[in-house]
Amino acid sequence: MQVTKQEHEGRGRLPLPLPSPAVDRVAVEARAAALAKRSIKKQAKRQGLELSISMMDLTTLEGSDTPGKVQALCRKALLPDASRPSLGPVAAVCVYPQLVGVAKKALGDSGVNVASVATAFPSGLSALDVRLDDTRRAIGDGADEIDMVIDRGAFLRGEFNQVSDEIAAVKQVCGDVHLKVILETGELGSYDNVRHASDLALAAGTDFIKTSTGKIEPAATPPVTLVMLEAIRDFFYRTGRRAGMKPAGGIRTAKQALHYLVLVKETLGDDWLTPDLFRLGASSLLNDVLMQISKLESGAYEAAEYFSKD
Amino acid sequence: MTDRRDPTAERRRPGSVRIGVKKTWKMYIGGAFVRSESGRYLVTRDGSENYCRASRKDVRDAVKAAVGAQSGWRKRTAMNRGQILYRLAEVMEARRSELEASLGRAAAGQNGNAPGGSDAAQEVDAAIDRVVCYAGWADKFQSLLSSSNPVAGPHFGFSVPEPVGVVGILAPERPSLLGLIGAVCPVIVSGNTCVVAASDRDPRTAIAVAECLATSDFPGGVINILTGSRDELAEPLVRHKGVRAVDLWNVDGEQAKALEGFAADNVKRVQRRVFEELDWYDARTEGLGFIEHFVEIKTVWHPMGA
Amino acid sequence: MTIKLVEPEAAASQNRRQGERRLNFGDAWTYAPAPESPDHVRLQDRYELFIDGKWQAPSSGKYYTSTNPATEASIAEVGHAGEADVEKAVAAARKAFEGEWGSLRPIERGKYLFRIARVLQERAREFAIVESMDGGKPIKESRDFDLPQASNFFFYCAGWADKLQYAFNGRSVSALGVAGQVIPWNFPLLMAAWKIAPALACGNTVVLKPAETTPLTALLLAKVVEEAELPPGVVNILTGFGDTGAALVKHPGIDKVAFTGSTAVGKQIQKVLAGTGKRMTMELGGKAANIVFADAALDQAVEGIINGIYFNQGHVCCAGSRLLVEESIHDQLLDKLKDRMQSLRLGDPLDKNTDVGAINSKAQLERIKHLVEAGEAEGAERFSIRCDLPEKGYFFPPTLFTRVAQSSRIAQEEIFGPVLSVLTFRTEAEALDKANNTFYGLSAGIWSNKGSRLFDIATKLEAGVIWGNTYNQFDATSPFGGYKESGFGREGGRHGLAAYLNID
Repeated sequence: MQVTKQEHEGRGRLPLPLPSPAVDRVAVEARAAALAKRSIKKQAKRQGLELSISMMDLTTLEGSDTPGKVQALCRKALLPDASRPSLGPVAAVCVYPQLVGVAKKALGDSGVNVASVATAFPSGLSALDVRLDDTRRAIGDGADEIDMVIDRGAFLRGEFNQVSDEIAAVKQVCGDVHLKVILETGELGSYDNVRHASDLALAAGTDFIKTSTGKIEPAATPPVTLVMLEAIRDFFYRTGRRAGMKPAGGIRTAKQALHYLVLVKETLGDDWLTPDLFRLGASSLLNDVLMQISKLESGAYEAAEYFSKD
Repeated sequence: MTDRRDPTAERRRPGSVRIGVKKTWKMYIGGAFVRSESGRYLVTRDGSENYCRASRKDVRDAVKAAVGAQSGWRKRTAMNRGQILYRLAEVMEARRSELEASLGRAAAGQNGNAPGGSDAAQEVDAAIDRVVCYAGWADKFQSLLSSSNPVAGPHFGFSVPEPVGVVGILAPERPSLLGLIGAVCPVIVSGNTCVVAASDRDPRTAIAVAECLATSDFPGGVINILTGSRDELAEPLVRHKGVRAVDLWNVDGEQAKALEGFAADNVKRVQRRVFEELDWYDARTEGLGFIEHFVEIKTVWHPMGA
Repeated sequence: MTIKLVEPEAAASQNRRQGERRLNFGDAWTYAPAPESPDHVRLQDRYELFIDGKWQAPSSGKYYTSTNPATEASIAEVGHAGEADVEKAVAAARKAFEGEWGSLRPIERGKYLFRIARVLQERAREFAIVESMDGGKPIKESRDFDLPQASNFFFYCAGWADKLQYAFNGRSVSALGVAGQVIPWNFPLLMAAWKIAPALACGNTVVLKPAETTPLTALLLAKVVEEAELPPGVVNILTGFGDTGAALVKHPGIDKVAFTGSTAVGKQIQKVLAGTGKRMTMELGGKAANIVFADAALDQAVEGIINGIYFNQGHVCCAGSRLLVEESIHDQLLDKLKDRMQSLRLGDPLDKNTDVGAINSKAQLERIKHLVEAGEAEGAERFSIRCDLPEKGYFFPPTLFTRVAQSSRIAQEEIFGPVLSVLTFRTEAEALDKANNTFYGLSAGIWSNKGSRLFDIATKLEAGVIWGNTYNQFDATSPFGGYKESGFGREGGRHGLAAYLNID
């Protein structure tokens, strides 16, 4: 059952739209595809690519992650391309909780944030206490941002109160630490559900909504991102508050990154074209962006072996 | 009760005279039999009876009735319209002697033309069969005129026939029964309502048909029949903006030019055809092509997904 | 470039009122100019008339200049055909109909049309550029809509040529003869395709008159007809003005008139042809209702509204020019709509990122301005987007009116420009009443998440094309045409063939 407005506001939260607006699949996909046709050339492309670097959450979320791997990634985050020291740094490095300390140490006070997945990532299927503790520990180790997952099972069986309460609980633990709520849209089954889950998360007080863990296909897609941006837009209209967006998973090319920036620019406008309100979660995107920048400068197409693999 | 007088004896007395009751053949508007608002009348060709001479205002009233009947008639199911048409055939069969007699009297009124009782019977046969034919069309023409449109995109699209609305009909002069039935049935079967200016030559038969309609299950206003001068009624009928389409039978030359010019004032759909009397007996003068002229094709799109 | 800032005072103050909860579509990240290069498009300085397979000078020796409405620059001279040229063209079409074309096997006719479709695909880029230069529409529309649609239309009709015996439930069919066709300036090439392809597939020959302001792609199409080696006289293209079209439609040698254009001219043609027995199809004006219910997928409805009225600068007969909004969501929808309008990019039609191009002609721009003034004078509240209008050329900013009365001119007359009139309703019945309260009946849109309501209203709307939860969709397979004074006859699909055939 969906929470009623009275119930919801009675708990001191922001107004929830009742019900979430419908989403038309064909039209959303058509709009997202139309925006993919924007022609981004020359200085617009250069500016867009640099912007995308500044918005990147450089991510490693493998079972095989080690301090060595994370340290290398942090160096890449600080200085993406040694031959172009003006590029970067990225917005954040995103790691598992156990590696937060390593990342924090490597990044120091560079301004690059440490983001940690938490709450029994990627399934979220642990007791709430465990998930909250997971969050506390990550924050205690120095995480500046927490990427939590929602319990998709609870959402899909209609336990919307539970999903909402859990987000609120994590946010309470986070305090001023930035919270991103991962909806894992690839498991939600429909744009209507994506929209509803976005509305729940926004009303429960999250700072950001995020598409995916990267462990499930499909991960981020332009239409899913558009639906979430629309939820953020309505939340802004309703409350005046600007929430952020993070598509993650499957974003590998500069062209895709620019497409996401176009989606943001034409859905939410200039105010969201900042790392404070838009992030790209990616592991391999950075090199393609660097290759494109190099191509813009030299006019020659690049090859992968000229760029560091971290 | 010992007085066993024969009650009919008086009438059987040799030399007694009975005065017949003459009927005024009233027009059929909105399901009611009415005189012309103008009070004008004409005399049937055999000189025996009076009928109404409709005016412009009768046209107005008839169109109003037809407009009023529109939404109800088109909303009936196709099956129901078919059953109502079939009921008309039943009623006509039951009243066939009257229809035959009416046709015979009209023929008798024509100078030098033999009444030809067998011709009248043949025409009634054909007319009833035509009604039966269209009764069967009521729930079939849609699938033949529709399409599912395989559009090149993530949409579902289909096109279906819908009634045009109110249709004005200038019925053919002859054959007065078969021509009237053959013109009206394909118009109303799809959900249109109509106003008919009946044959000048034989208004009596048109009203005999109206009496069949009135005793069948047709809702009032679906078919409205005016009598009088077809030429006089043509202009107000074709110029009426509530009329969406006109069916002009055996109109030609200058009159055709004038009427079609009026039709252009509100982009009316015009069907103008010239048939010889015997053409109406041909099976090619019934069917889908006749229904098709008085439907609109509506195309509907909806997203479907890839 | 000098910049004119266009924003009426009322709209500006309204923007300020809603202040902080409005989105900001500024220049934090601007797209660099991305013009489609017209370099490889080679246009002649002058085009003759295309009659009987030959390029022939107009008998009068008169030419006029077709200009680019975005720059006001001349593009090319084209002939002004007169009665003598119509005479020649109709005679050529007749000769072809009674000769080579008429005796051709149907499948061969079809193959000619397939050829045309293919050449159009191959030359799509060039055609798209010329279409945008001559008519002012954004290149993204000519590239992604007009050209594919035109080519698809030929491809679709081509396949019918040898299957006409199946098209009408076994009824026998035959060609009409010579068709005289007059088309408008909003989709110049596509309208030519809508006219020529079915006519030829059905075995007719044609004389086509393109609109005076957009003759070029029709002339390029004549070049394609040459390239496809159609027999002479099958397709004749006469450029010119209203007098050319008038001479064509009243010529006694044609068997059929197909007209797309304004309702006023359509009526004139219907009058001229009264009593002649000539076949006609009319695709005329519209004032479509786009009805949005509170349960609609609102963000997609906003896209549909935008597409419905600002597609092709609103130069669309089926444009969703009357927005009927359920009153309970009026304010919410209007906020969204205004923000979305503000993100529209107006400017150079050849720029690949342009959403709204140039108004087709100076005369049309004047008409739009006149009706917008009428709307303001009648007390409706105007909102136009803030944008820079190019100094040269004919441009008008996307505009909407709220507080529009059903009785006002902007709610009744076809503006044929980027101007939306917003009205409200409270119940389904009221929505339907308002939607049908017009002598037009071309199209309508319905936005609702409730299937039964959508189909109920679709059935009750008096319009030939109903878009449910979408708008401005077209397809070669899909019949298009109006109810009431929006015309009669259908174009596209199986139904479209009936316009060019005698059917027993």
